[in-house]
Amino acid sequence: VSAAVSGTWRVLAPGQAEGKLLILQAPLSFWGGYDALTGTIIDASHPDVGTVCAGRILAMSQTKGSSSASSVLAEAIRRGTAPAAIILGRPCGILATGALVADALYGLKCPVMVAPHWPLPRHDGSLLHVAASDAL
Amino acid sequence: LELTVEQQAMAAGGKGAGAAFAMRLLEGYGRAVGAKRLIPVSAAHIDGCLHHGDVSLDFVRRFVDAGATVAVPTSLNVGSIDLIHPELFAGAEALGRDGRALMEAHLALGCAPTFSCAPYLTIFRPRFGDQIAWAESNAIVFANSVIGARTARYGDFIDLAAAITGLVPEHGLHVAENRRATLHIAFDQGAGRDLAPDELAVAAGLLTGRVAGDAVPVLTGLPANMTEDHLKALGAAAASTGQVALFHAVGLTPEAPTFDAATQGQPVERRVDASLAELRAALAALTTVPDGERLSAVCLGTPHFSISEFAALRGLLLASAQRPCVPIYVNTGRDTASELERRGWTAQLEAAGVILVVDTCTYVTSILRDLSGAVMTNSGKMALYAPGNIGARMAFGSLEACVRSAIAGEVSR
Repeated sequence: VSAAVSGTWRVLAPGQAEGKLLILQAPLSFWGGYDALTGTIIDASHPDVGTVCAGRILAMSQTKGSSSASSVLAEAIRRGTAPAAIILGRPCGILATGALVADALYGLKCPVMVAPHWPLPRHDGSLLHVAASDAL
Repeated sequence: LELTVEQQAMAAGGKGAGAAFAMRLLEGYGRAVGAKRLIPVSAAHIDGCLHHGDVSLDFVRRFVDAGATVAVPTSLNVGSIDLIHPELFAGAEALGRDGRALMEAHLALGCAPTFSCAPYLTIFRPRFGDQIAWAESNAIVFANSVIGARTARYGDFIDLAAAITGLVPEHGLHVAENRRATLHIAFDQGAGRDLAPDELAVAAGLLTGRVAGDAVPVLTGLPANMTEDHLKALGAAAASTGQVALFHAVGLTPEAPTFDAATQGQPVERRVDASLAELRAALAALTTVPDGERLSAVCLGTPHFSISEFAALRGLLLASAQRPCVPIYVNTGRDTASELERRGWTAQLEAAGVILVVDTCTYVTSILRDLSGAVMTNSGKMALYAPGNIGARMAFGSLEACVRSAIAGEVSR
């Protein structure tokens, strides 16, 4: 894995992506918090509500909420409204499953990775290239 | 993550393309959660029948097309349609069609048509110590806490992968050490005198979820006569305000005969005291309309109503000289609906204004025709989710207050 941040990355779902980094200010629940039709954060209680995540490299310390998040992420990937990649501070099997299912069903990839350090030593909006390989 | 020879063969397609696909997902999930091996489960409960978009149906059809079937007894959670009373569905035609197709696709895999969020009220109820793969937050917390079966928090996709293979990654609450309570929540012992038992259960659940997050709490101070119905309501609320998948209640749940049993003899990291005022405030926040507000409906059975809850409702309705002037929707499972029929209660309840809803639930799909007035419930989960899901303005009260309000046609608490 290379995302211009050194250390040991963990790959939860493989793939390559490029995009601008979007660091969320709080954990997000994809179910009820992410609109798969528009790729926008819709949780009214989330500090980044209204932010468009489609095509961005989405980073958050951890996920929260319903285990139906895997369906919402997979549906967003199918529709092209998902983030280009997801970087987490802590591993999440639910999001990993959503990305793996979209890959298996549609051949569409949304790499999901766990960063070696949190917070990320990069600024919001910086351009990142992500190459997450399946080799573990 | 290391696979046995048999599991490697399954991953390589030895038991078909469906099982191989399921193994790939389990391996990916298992690595993410840091599991070292896969272990067998004796049952699964699938929460894949609610339609989240085309991906829901595409996923299940991958298994149907591969000719796969579930490897263990598998129950199904609610769907978008009441297949027994399809005329109740008031949503868009396309959603109705896709929702039905999704439910039927799961049956083609050999899942049982329970369509209930309370599989613990059916013949699929697990036993103490069973390793199972259950989805649906209220079912998970009930299985772990009230029965003492062992499941992690499973959800969409991975639940079906577990059912197809009969395997799960060994992690989380499957492991005895992880079931130790690390947080003590002490409830004011006087609360049982001031609140109706079903209100106290919901209030305790709301606070438990908020305080515990995803930790395992041990609860003290709850009345010794709390029933399984109350513990069901407590768990459902705790799994709505937090991610509680297991709670211990000393003297009430099977892994907590004593406080020390719940903590496995180790000190807790935190103690939180919950006062009567805090319990009352948690309940008050569920109601967003004033007393006296006009009612459109009462909704009960979130999670699905048990036969003992129906007995209490029937008693209240038969004791009243007046008939409710708004419908009382009651969500329940097919098994319980059959038992009502057998006892001759169905006609009595319907004559008293009850509309039975099976296979689905009044907060996940479009059933309520009239939302112009408030909707009242004795379910913390319904009160929390209905405003966002179906746009209802909610009032919360005990079962007795719900029936009284239905008769008055207005919120009366």
